[in-house]
Amino acid sequence: MLGLHGISYRYAGYAEPVLHEINLTLADGEIVGVVGANDAGKSTLCLVASGLAPGSIGGGLSGRLTIDGSDMAGRPLHEFSTRVGIAFQNPATQLSGVSGSVFEEVALGPMNLGLPARETVARTRAALTTLGIEDLREREPRHLSGGQAQLVVLASLLAMRPAHLVLDEPTAQLDPEGTRLVGEALRALAATGTGMLITEHKTDLLNRLCSRVVVIDAGRIVLDGPTAAVLADGRMEQWGVEPPSPIRLARALEARGLDPGLVAGALQ
Amino acid sequence: MPVWVILADDLEPADAREIERLVPATPSSYHRLNPLTKAVIAAVGSIGAFVAGGYIGPIVFDLVMLLLAVRAGVLGQLVRASLLLTAPIAISVVLVSVFTRAGTTVLFAIGPFDATAEGVDFAAQTLVRLFAISLSIGLFVMTTHPRAFVFDLERRGASPRVAFVALATIEAVPALVERAAVIGESQRARGLDTEGNLRARLRGLLPLIGPVIIGALTDVEERSLALESRAFSRPGRRHLLWTMRDTRWERLLRWGLMALLGAITLARISGRI
Repeated sequence: MLGLHGISYRYAGYAEPVLHEINLTLADGEIVGVVGANDAGKSTLCLVASGLAPGSIGGGLSGRLTIDGSDMAGRPLHEFSTRVGIAFQNPATQLSGVSGSVFEEVALGPMNLGLPARETVARTRAALTTLGIEDLREREPRHLSGGQAQLVVLASLLAMRPAHLVLDEPTAQLDPEGTRLVGEALRALAATGTGMLITEHKTDLLNRLCSRVVVIDAGRIVLDGPTAAVLADGRMEQWGVEPPSPIRLARALEARGLDPGLVAGALQ
Repeated sequence: MPVWVILADDLEPADAREIERLVPATPSSYHRLNPLTKAVIAAVGSIGAFVAGGYIGPIVFDLVMLLLAVRAGVLGQLVRASLLLTAPIAISVVLVSVFTRAGTTVLFAIGPFDATAEGVDFAAQTLVRLFAISLSIGLFVMTTHPRAFVFDLERRGASPRVAFVALATIEAVPALVERAAVIGESQRARGLDTEGNLRARLRGLLPLIGPVIIGALTDVEERSLALESRAFSRPGRRHLLWTMRDTRWERLLRWGLMALLGAITLARISGRI
């Protein structure tokens, strides 16, 4: 379990914190969505949850980050890599840029861990299989489509065998097909017991994937609850979040005096 | 398994076959030399031609590089690339040397400038050296995959971090070129004139430099975070999946070439050549 307990964080060189008193837990196999307006603090939350803030980028942190009950304060960054993986929105900048094939790209992390070659190959093959991209293994990473590249990024994280994944808008640069591919992959991953924290503007995707959704506004958690209840909350627009399409459709029908129940069955 | 590749020794046969397919192609026996051997040949060719001076030494190096290029099957490509790379420097060297170098034998005059035989001689000597340097480096680049070179250095004890930075720097060049092309197209779509005469091209180039560099720096920041989450900062050695083989005769060859370079340098210093 990944836990953030009373976390406040400010970036290096800034006096004011960006996150305030964040309390959040992520159980194994659970998918938690994080929504909020731009600059609400979602990406910062991802950096903190993965140990990169302040571990890599500096800044000031108060509160405790725990993984499976262990306080992670002061731990070296490479210890996080086998416990929490993080993916950002642009797959192009997360590929190492030094690998000649997808297989070598995915194998880079296990190699960095100093694992024997046999173990590296086994992990790489397993990660490619889990995400259904074995057929890409000999392709050059630079020449992949956005959706394929994001799947390779996920596979690269999986090969590290982290218990938790933090995904910062993983489908932001993807077309509908790429979004579908990544969504399916994430669902398959959760089934293997990997806990996931996903920030997204695409609430339709969160609606399909998450058991729980958290709303962040100005660096504070303002709502935390079951997906359906949170995404249907009347204050979502006020927090800069567009509700998923079934809810918007239902509201549009109601506004015109029609019964939303007429299309509810079809939407289900 | 090809004899010029060393795969990690704990791989299952099926894994070995898979890794073998990932090794960059080596279409000639020259390509299959150990990358360090090719690096030493390039270094000795470049430095040796520069140090030797005169005509004979650099021309010998030119010929050796051309013969090796024939062996590697890249002669045409190498000569074209070398001529293109050296042309701008060669033109300025010829103009400056021929017309400004003091000499007693004036061949012809253009306005206040006298073209002297001494200037022509100096320019010709510089050109054969430049061509040798260009051929040496070009041959190395065309026959050595950056990954093969960097993995070989890592196998020899170079830090994985240093190896990564070296490889990332080499591999960043095509990515930067692609980025510059995309930014150039988007700027042109907004009316920037990047075609036409040289002045228009230079004027159009300036607005592209900022976005290319700033964009690259932003990418580096995000890439470094992504790499941290893949244990890049973990201390200790890595188990490489493959490297290029090194042989006893190649080691001898490298030492021999280094000794040759030392001898040329000593002969030059002592005034024997």
